[in-house]
Amino acid sequence: MVRLPLLLIFSALLFSAGIYGVLARRNAVMVLMAIELMLNAVNVNLVAFSAEIQDVGAQVFALFVIAVAAAEVGIGLAIVILLFRNRASINVDEVNLLKW
Amino acid sequence: MSLGVLAAEGGEALTLGEPNWFVEHAYVIAILPFLSAALTLFFGKRTPGKGPVYGILAIGAGLVLSLGTVWSFVQGGGPFEHNVEWFTIGPLHMELGIYVDGLTAVMLLVVTAISLMVHIYAVGYMHGDVRYTWFYVVLSLFTGAMLVVVVASNLFQLLVGWEIMGVCSYLLIGHWFEDHANSSSAIKAFITTRIGDVPFMFGIFALVLATGLTTSNIQVIGEEVASGHVSTLLITVSALLLFGGTIGKSAQFPLYVWLPDAMAGPTPVSALIHAATMVAAGIYLVARMFEVFVQADPIALTVVAVIGGITLLLAALLALVQNDIKKVLAYSTISQLAYMVAALGLGEAGYPAALFHLFTHAFFKALLFLGAGSVIHAVHSNDMSDMGGLRKPMPVTYWTFLIGSLALAGVPPLAGFFSKDEIVLVAFDEGTWWLAVVLLVGAAITAFYTTRMVLKTFFGDYRGHAHPHESPGVMTMPLVVLAVATCFVGLLGFAPTGAPFLDWVYFGTEPHEAHFSPLVAGISILVVSIGLWAGWTTYRRYRTPDPIERLGPLYGLLEHKYYLDDLYWRGIVRPIRDPLAAGVYWFNQHVLDGVVNGAATVSRGLASLVSWFDRTVIDGAVNGAGVVAGVFGRGLRTIQTGRVQWYAVALFAGVIVLTVVFVRV
Amino acid sequence: MTWENSAITIATLLPVVGALGILLVPSEQDRLIRGLGIVVTGAAFVVSVAIAVTYDYDAGGLQFVLDTSWIPVIGARYHVAIDGISMPLYVLTFLLGLLCSVYTWRFVPDPGRTKAFVALTLLLLTGMAGTFIAFDLILFFVFWELVLVPMYFLIGVWGSSNRQYASIKFFLYTLFGSIFMLLGFLALYFEGPEVAGRHTFDLTAITAFGAGGGYGHTFQLIVFGAIALGFAIKVPMWPFHTWLPDAHTEAPTIGSVLLAGIMLKMGTYGFVRIALPVLPDGATAYAPWIGGLAAIAIVYAALACLAQKDLKRLIAFSSVGHMGFVMLGIATLTTIGIQAAIFGMVAHGVITGMLFFCVGSIYDRYHTREISEIGGGMSQSMPKMAGIFAFVAIASLGLPGLAGFWGEVMALLGSFSPNEAAGLDVGLFRVFMVLGGIGTILTAGYFLWMLQRVNMGSLPDRWGASAFRDILTVEWVSWVPLLVLILVLGLVPSIVLNATEPGVNALTSIFGS
Repeated sequence: MVRLPLLLIFSALLFSAGIYGVLARRNAVMVLMAIELMLNAVNVNLVAFSAEIQDVGAQVFALFVIAVAAAEVGIGLAIVILLFRNRASINVDEVNLLKW
Repeated sequence: MSLGVLAAEGGEALTLGEPNWFVEHAYVIAILPFLSAALTLFFGKRTPGKGPVYGILAIGAGLVLSLGTVWSFVQGGGPFEHNVEWFTIGPLHMELGIYVDGLTAVMLLVVTAISLMVHIYAVGYMHGDVRYTWFYVVLSLFTGAMLVVVVASNLFQLLVGWEIMGVCSYLLIGHWFEDHANSSSAIKAFITTRIGDVPFMFGIFALVLATGLTTSNIQVIGEEVASGHVSTLLITVSALLLFGGTIGKSAQFPLYVWLPDAMAGPTPVSALIHAATMVAAGIYLVARMFEVFVQADPIALTVVAVIGGITLLLAALLALVQNDIKKVLAYSTISQLAYMVAALGLGEAGYPAALFHLFTHAFFKALLFLGAGSVIHAVHSNDMSDMGGLRKPMPVTYWTFLIGSLALAGVPPLAGFFSKDEIVLVAFDEGTWWLAVVLLVGAAITAFYTTRMVLKTFFGDYRGHAHPHESPGVMTMPLVVLAVATCFVGLLGFAPTGAPFLDWVYFGTEPHEAHFSPLVAGISILVVSIGLWAGWTTYRRYRTPDPIERLGPLYGLLEHKYYLDDLYWRGIVRPIRDPLAAGVYWFNQHVLDGVVNGAATVSRGLASLVSWFDRTVIDGAVNGAGVVAGVFGRGLRTIQTGRVQWYAVALFAGVIVLTVVFVRV
Repeated sequence: MTWENSAITIATLLPVVGALGILLVPSEQDRLIRGLGIVVTGAAFVVSVAIAVTYDYDAGGLQFVLDTSWIPVIGARYHVAIDGISMPLYVLTFLLGLLCSVYTWRFVPDPGRTKAFVALTLLLLTGMAGTFIAFDLILFFVFWELVLVPMYFLIGVWGSSNRQYASIKFFLYTLFGSIFMLLGFLALYFEGPEVAGRHTFDLTAITAFGAGGGYGHTFQLIVFGAIALGFAIKVPMWPFHTWLPDAHTEAPTIGSVLLAGIMLKMGTYGFVRIALPVLPDGATAYAPWIGGLAAIAIVYAALACLAQKDLKRLIAFSSVGHMGFVMLGIATLTTIGIQAAIFGMVAHGVITGMLFFCVGSIYDRYHTREISEIGGGMSQSMPKMAGIFAFVAIASLGLPGLAGFWGEVMALLGSFSPNEAAGLDVGLFRVFMVLGGIGTILTAGYFLWMLQRVNMGSLPDRWGASAFRDILTVEWVSWVPLLVLILVLGLVPSIVLNATEPGVNALTSIFGS
């Protein structure tokens, strides 16, 4: 039986790593991977609390999140590919058309 | 229901026999002309002669049947009534039925006989007319309607026949409608009689109310009225209202103005409708409803007598100044009808006298009109100043016309003498002196204008331009028949001959006793002789201008028909037709419709106001919100860099801030 | 579904189904469309006659009842039935519908577009027939309003020069009235009886409730006013009549025929069927006013007719007067008066419908409706047409022995002795009677004057070159039934009166007559 605080600390670290990746990396692929990290941190949280309060509902949510994450990555990578085709670059700083 | 024993209820020894077959089937007489009208309408043009065949056959058969009906009463048969259910409306039971008593039988005889004569006569007179077949259709229809009136056992059925007669009269007066004057006369006749018919209809309502709204049966009404359950006021009012119908239909003052104009119709029509039968229907109505008049307040009969007296003199005077031969006869008809009305106004004693005069008048007046028609046919003019000297070329017409004229003037032993004398006698007997004097004065004037008419037409030299010739046999035959009748029907009411007419036609439970007063007869012969002598001396030689014009102001008054027509036309018809109708229509278009259109205009004005408010105020608020948002947006958009990661930083910072806030709280 | 419960639904909906069918036919198939119109209206007429024949007159009352759920949320039901009062109007609707379809075979007014014309006519028929058989207030209202739309288009598209004004006026004016009527119906609903714990729009239930004095006195006064306004505009009663002359003058011939023949009767029928039995106190309170307006209408319309220069407008105004007689009969609250009113409705439908046919055909020949332009002499150019026109005009002025007479004379008789048990003032109603009598004289005046100016005299030279064709076969076919009916109704009034008697007796028993 792993203790809950341990899991939460792990999850928080994972999430922080994800945030760092999203905010700091310039490579779009890396940003997407960082998002995955954040999602999985959430999953860890969900599963940990599920085990703690003996309710499978949270695990179902975790499965949903995995499925949504897969879809999100699919769409995200598609966007990245299209971005690369159009701009020959996947640097997110260069993609700033969507402003005033 | 047979009322064969009705008369015996009085307890008198008089017993009436059973009615014969003809009486029980009198409805056939009334139906036959309708059949002939329908047949003539649909197949008339294909029959030999193009029309008259069905009519003559049907009415000839009707005449035979009528003679059978009269025969029943000659033999002392009783009255007969038979009704069948027609329809019910609320409590009111409508029936179709016949009521045949002596009066009905005599009227049947008169109507069928005159109608047959006119049907035959018109074969010659109307020969070659554009609407020859149509003429016979309407003539037959009219005869049927008149017979319906005569046999009707209830008032609504009578009213149906009454109004159909009116329409036929309208159609026949306007027969030659190409001329505007003729169609105007037709309308005048219809409207004027209808003015009388409306009170008549209300009178029917009042009498139906007297039976508790259950029936309009004339016999039931009679019993009800006589029973004393009904208030005298109601009876009096109904009597006066019914008399309104008579004033219209029988052309009494103040509604007589239509009858002279009705002469615009073909002359056979004038003879049948406007002399012998339809105009007599008003007299018949009063006679048929006499129980109501008798039970009413005496004022009702007084009104009848006074109207009769006034009309008698007014019309007789007007006849003096006419140059149109048909108009002389028309006014004389009004005047003679007024004799009948006046006689009815004398009460029960006048009843048989009035109807006897109706009976005799029908024959001699039809004779006079047909004779006049024969003359008009020959000289192609109505104007007596285009005639003269026709005695030679038209001997048959002359002699028959002379007989008719003498009968009209009241020369014994012709029909008019006996009947007119009877009325004068009753007036003396009843002590109604004023009326007796009026009747005698009227008789004198009648004799005068009759003489004038005959002298101007048949004596002296011919003044016209046509080539007068005797009319064909089909026209002279009816003249001869009617002349013969005129010679003899008077004797039916002459006391020394037993006055059989009075045994057939009487009011109440037993016949009136016929009597004869040599004194009264002498007086009337004297009066008539004065009239004839005055006429002879004045008109023995033809003079222009007409000596009657020497009457001066009175002539002017007569020439303008007492200005009564002008009064009606300028005072009533024109104001209603032109300014009043136009005013009402103006009111309709500008006031009533103005309200409607005004509502629409106001609504549209309101709508544009609302539209302005909507565009400027409400939509202004909406647009204003947009402007405000735009200003803010322009300020805020500077923070939008397009760099996703900066957004994420801001988002994350926000989360942290919120977390801090919530944790502290 | 048996004959008993489906017959009137079939007859009523046949035209609208036919209209849908006609929409599927290509527009070029002109003859087919007109033929279908005749077939459909003919079938509906046959069904309605079958209903009239199989109706059990001895039993009386409502028959051919169909009462099923329709809009349960508001308690509206599809409740249709027929009784003696509805029967004559119902059959007359389909008869006139058929004759109009036959007439359309030859006469399609400008601008053509036969398909739409026939389909709208059929829709109109369903609406009118439905009004006479609906026994649910909402259903009644739906049919009532359904009539407006096709008539609006018939006038607005196929009308003459001023058609847009007339059609909009017609639509808005009647709609204005029906809003008050609808409000009245809602008031009846909310104050009315409860069936199984819920309010109901069912007319039989409301009638039983209202006739038994279920509604309060003040309530009755207000609601009767509202409902009567809706009906009065449709009748139309004076002074709400001004839409009528415009609508008639502009409408195409068969529009006028159906408008005069059937649609006006919806208003008077509403009085007899709904306003009087449901709100008896209101009826007695308003009866003198209704009678007074009716008497004014009779004289007023006759005077207005005298001022008319347009033939069709004259006939339209004469309708106002005739409907005045009908309303006068209703206002007396007596069996005689209401029987007369119903008879008058049928008679007016037949006679005035026929008059509009005549005027339509006269216009077809002369291309003008101005009396002065026609200039007389029609008896010379078209003797048969002139004869029929005169016959119908004389029937319209109330000649005994023809249909127009009994309705008028019995309405006057009813007015002579109005329902005293209901507290009506006899003296006042006799004044109305006298006004009505004067109206009959004036009516004779304007009709005869019209005949003089149209039929009589000589044909003016300007028409000399035009070869007018006297009555055509299609005109004979569509007119002869009406001409026969004018005569038959006059001679045998019992064919209508016997059918309506039980219903009218039941109605007047509410008023203690």
